[in-house]
Amino acid sequence: MTAEVILQAENLVKHYPIKAGVLRRTVGHVKALDGVSFELYKGETLGIVGESGCGKSTLARMLMRLEEPTAGKLTFDGVDVYSQRGSAMRRLRRDIQIVFQDPYTSLNPRMTVGDIVGEPFEIHADVLTKRDRRQRVQQLLELVGLNPEHIHRYPHQFSGGQRQRIGIARGLALNPKVIICDEPVSALDVSVQAQVINLLAELQSGLGLAYIFIAHDLSVVRHISNRVGVMYLGKMVEIGDEAQIYSRPTHPYTQALLSAVPMADPTLRNSREQIVLTGDVPSPANPPAACRFHTRCWKAQEICSVEEPLLIPRPDGEQSHDSACHFAEPRVVV
Amino acid sequence: MTSSLGAGGAHTVEILDSRGAWKPLDGLLLEVDQLQVEFRTRDGVAEAINGVSFDLHSGETLAILGESGSGKSVTAQAIMGILDSPPAFITGGEVRYCGRNIFTLPDEQRRRVRGPEISMVFQDALSALNPVFPVGWQIAEMFRKHRGLNKSDSLAQAVRLMQRVQIPGAAQRVKAYPHQFSGGMRQRIMIAMAIALDPAVLIADEPTTALDVTVQAQIMKLLADLQEERQMGLILITHDLGVVADVADRIAVMYAGRIVEQSDVFEIYARPAHPYTKGLLESIPRLDQKGKVLAAIGGLPPSLTRIPPGCPFNPRCNYAQDVCRVDPPPPLREVVYHRLAACHFSELVLEHSPELQVTQTVDDVQAALEYGPEPTLISQHDRIADAGPGPGVLP
Repeated sequence: MTAEVILQAENLVKHYPIKAGVLRRTVGHVKALDGVSFELYKGETLGIVGESGCGKSTLARMLMRLEEPTAGKLTFDGVDVYSQRGSAMRRLRRDIQIVFQDPYTSLNPRMTVGDIVGEPFEIHADVLTKRDRRQRVQQLLELVGLNPEHIHRYPHQFSGGQRQRIGIARGLALNPKVIICDEPVSALDVSVQAQVINLLAELQSGLGLAYIFIAHDLSVVRHISNRVGVMYLGKMVEIGDEAQIYSRPTHPYTQALLSAVPMADPTLRNSREQIVLTGDVPSPANPPAACRFHTRCWKAQEICSVEEPLLIPRPDGEQSHDSACHFAEPRVVV
Repeated sequence: MTSSLGAGGAHTVEILDSRGAWKPLDGLLLEVDQLQVEFRTRDGVAEAINGVSFDLHSGETLAILGESGSGKSVTAQAIMGILDSPPAFITGGEVRYCGRNIFTLPDEQRRRVRGPEISMVFQDALSALNPVFPVGWQIAEMFRKHRGLNKSDSLAQAVRLMQRVQIPGAAQRVKAYPHQFSGGMRQRIMIAMAIALDPAVLIADEPTTALDVTVQAQIMKLLADLQEERQMGLILITHDLGVVADVADRIAVMYAGRIVEQSDVFEIYARPAHPYTKGLLESIPRLDQKGKVLAAIGGLPPSLTRIPPGCPFNPRCNYAQDVCRVDPPPPLREVVYHRLAACHFSELVLEHSPELQVTQTVDDVQAALEYGPEPTLISQHDRIADAGPGPGVLP
């Protein structure tokens, strides 16, 4: 794979103010995203995993510039995304598209499939003349495995898997270079999930897309991703290629997360060592100091609550990959 | 006491334990026998359950596995007697608890079974708990209604239960409201309520689906511990093949309101006997298939108002022959010793799945990583639309 960076995030921060009282004064901040950096290469899939509240979806919205950052920089193909204005930003938006989690609420029930998939051309009217739109929409429907004749149907006439295909067709309409998939299969049944994953993989190889694949299902992420980033409470705690994260994880949170995933193989039942974490994820409004995982970590020592561990390469037994733990050491958990 | 006995005439002996509760014979707690449920809607009659039968013994975990609309939750609700009727009607079959058909019990006796003997944990704890009462009060309700305890005694029992399900600071939080707890803690409260009266049967309907994996691990461990401690019979309803592999003793796979396969957990994962089970297992991403096309089951589950004639799975099945498309659907029969499957071609399916290469050991994982195929992206393949009962893409 050519190591050409297409999307680069540097120290992205998003704090949402908490307002209270009659004067609606800001009394604190929800630190949804607190300094996340990564690179996305052309044609690759970067998986992002983490539990609810870790900032995965905030990250997706930041990459789409649906949210303005509190701090940080996002570069797409050498262009600083957050400093663009007006028509330049509009043009930039064509290249980064999103597929949402819930195919039931992300499609307007009053619009036909043709209108939904064709809406990007209404907004970006200079891409395609009005005459060519219908044909292009039908092409897109065919591309995602739907019957092009169904262009006049409404979303409720389709099943969950088919609706997700409509969402994917809409995402593809403007020939983007990057697609952000925010939990694209978690609302679907197992047998339909596989169909959609296959479709995404096929589109990637056919169109040379780069994906940011956000999900909480670690086995799905493993299947589709070249590299994987693990998030906890607004921070990236570990990032590396698929083998580094899944077979040589060095961060205790990654290890706990992997060991908690039930494997579809009863013969592993007693041979696997399960790390059961105690307690819940702390509130992002008041995250623990220094290492955010230290309140639940079995390795935590004094330094963990004093000095924040940086996301830097640390040895993993064979090579080294980025991990944010003072006591990083590889451990086989899967 | 006079008891109205169901068709299970063999179990006529009245055995009562010290509390006056019924006790199972030979450990056989619950028998579901040819249960049929239909929903009468404006769009027609949806046959949600079409003759489901299974047994549950004490100390056993039976997993009911199925996709949405397969009828797994309706089965649980029918057992508990909490189906909304109308539109739901139980049109046939029996559910016997310790030999007694609970559908024909008088109300007063049914109340003694439902709750104290058979209880249930629901999927969404936030909507299952009452938002306007403190959680302690809601747990204590079980003791007030069924045991006749007074306020302070029942509340003390509630604290004890909250401690048992490992809620930190139980004594202080007994007066807190459901919204003040996290998702995992709310699920613990639900479990505390369900086990309050020491039931013999616990039905858990997708107890961890709404939770994160690390919390899911905590809850599943808690359920397993409680089951061990009290020798409960546990019915675990889920769609997660991973959770099932971890905890179940036996599995019943449901499809379109029928059990299509029922077997011991180890056997079913190693050698599925029904094409649907096989398809489900093959559609999970596995290590040795990284980067390859997943073997998805083509098509969609049928609408329950229009179940196809013959085997309900036939439009999606690549074993299907003419015999599969005509009524009656294949019966659930014993294909191998102690293994039931509802397929005309189970022998063939068993033959074709000698080893579903599930990674066995850590060494295998390592080996697969070192020598496994390069993660190449897939090439063009036959894409199947969701609709259209086309042929599947199973290998």
